[in-house]
Amino acid sequence: MFELNILLIFMIIGALIAIEVKDLLSAVVAVGASGLALCIVFLILKAPDLAITQIVVEILCLIILIRATIKKDLPFSTSGRWFFNTLATLVFLAIFAYLGYVALKELPSFGNPIMKVSQFYLNEALKETKATNIVSAIILNFRAYDTLGEATVLFTAVMGVMALMRWKGRKDIAEKDNE
Amino acid sequence: MNSDLKNKGMSLIVKTITRLTVGLILLYGIYIVLHGHISPGGGFAGGVIIALAFIHLMLAFGKDEVLKILPVTFVSLLESLGAVLFLSIAILGFLGGYFFMDWFAKGKPFKLFSAGSIIFSNIGIGLKVSLGLFGIFLVLILLKFKAKK
Repeated sequence: MFELNILLIFMIIGALIAIEVKDLLSAVVAVGASGLALCIVFLILKAPDLAITQIVVEILCLIILIRATIKKDLPFSTSGRWFFNTLATLVFLAIFAYLGYVALKELPSFGNPIMKVSQFYLNEALKETKATNIVSAIILNFRAYDTLGEATVLFTAVMGVMALMRWKGRKDIAEKDNE
Repeated sequence: MNSDLKNKGMSLIVKTITRLTVGLILLYGIYIVLHGHISPGGGFAGGVIIALAFIHLMLAFGKDEVLKILPVTFVSLLESLGAVLFLSIAILGFLGGYFFMDWFAKGKPFKLFSAGSIIFSNIGIGLKVSLGLFGIFLVLILLKFKAKK
């Protein structure tokens, strides 16, 4: 638990730096440090599947973000209504903290899950599917319907990006200036 | 290879190291996809590693080298093929009884060809995720290049 707390504090510090720093590239690097700490947290909690996925997706996102943000400096939007903004933030934080307190009180304590469905999966996965990776057996056999939905989400996202970023039939920038 | 193509991309050191490592990265991604039911990993993680291998190639050699191997229409076609493969495994379950029923031969644990339909689902998801994410990266780069021109 001790090393877990240190990693969580490190991740919070990384997220705060990513919000507060002015340079976009430094913000991306801070987000990457926070994500790599999350990967180590998954390893400590004995979830190697999630650790592999986390580190790989983190690196892909870092590459895409660096390609997108390098040599660009977006201006910060600051409006004059600082009193209303601060008040709204404080009210939302209070509501969020209260609802979180009410909801998280009912959850089981950390490390003591309610083993109703998961106990069945743990007992039956090797016998039913003959797959030694139980995570794979759950997501692709017992709960394959969920995975089908997830695959549909990714497929729709890729289709949307490809349709938005197409270059056939798109007007050139010079052509737009003439109009 | 003419001199114009040689000058694109990064320096000679990066190109040499990329030539050595990109095959290993691709092979590791395929290993993770195929052994998803035995060891940690699976279709999603292995697919992202395969996409990263192609992105590695693209960052080192420039986009023209990669577009020669994988044109955008081909990427889009293979990505859709992965989605159709996963859906067809779900529909094949109707032959055994109901949606997503796993009626394939199970085999013994710890063997590569075991665990029924999980390995085919992993291959479908790996194909879909790898070429989908690589397609997003490719389209973003091509748009940036077009906007600069």
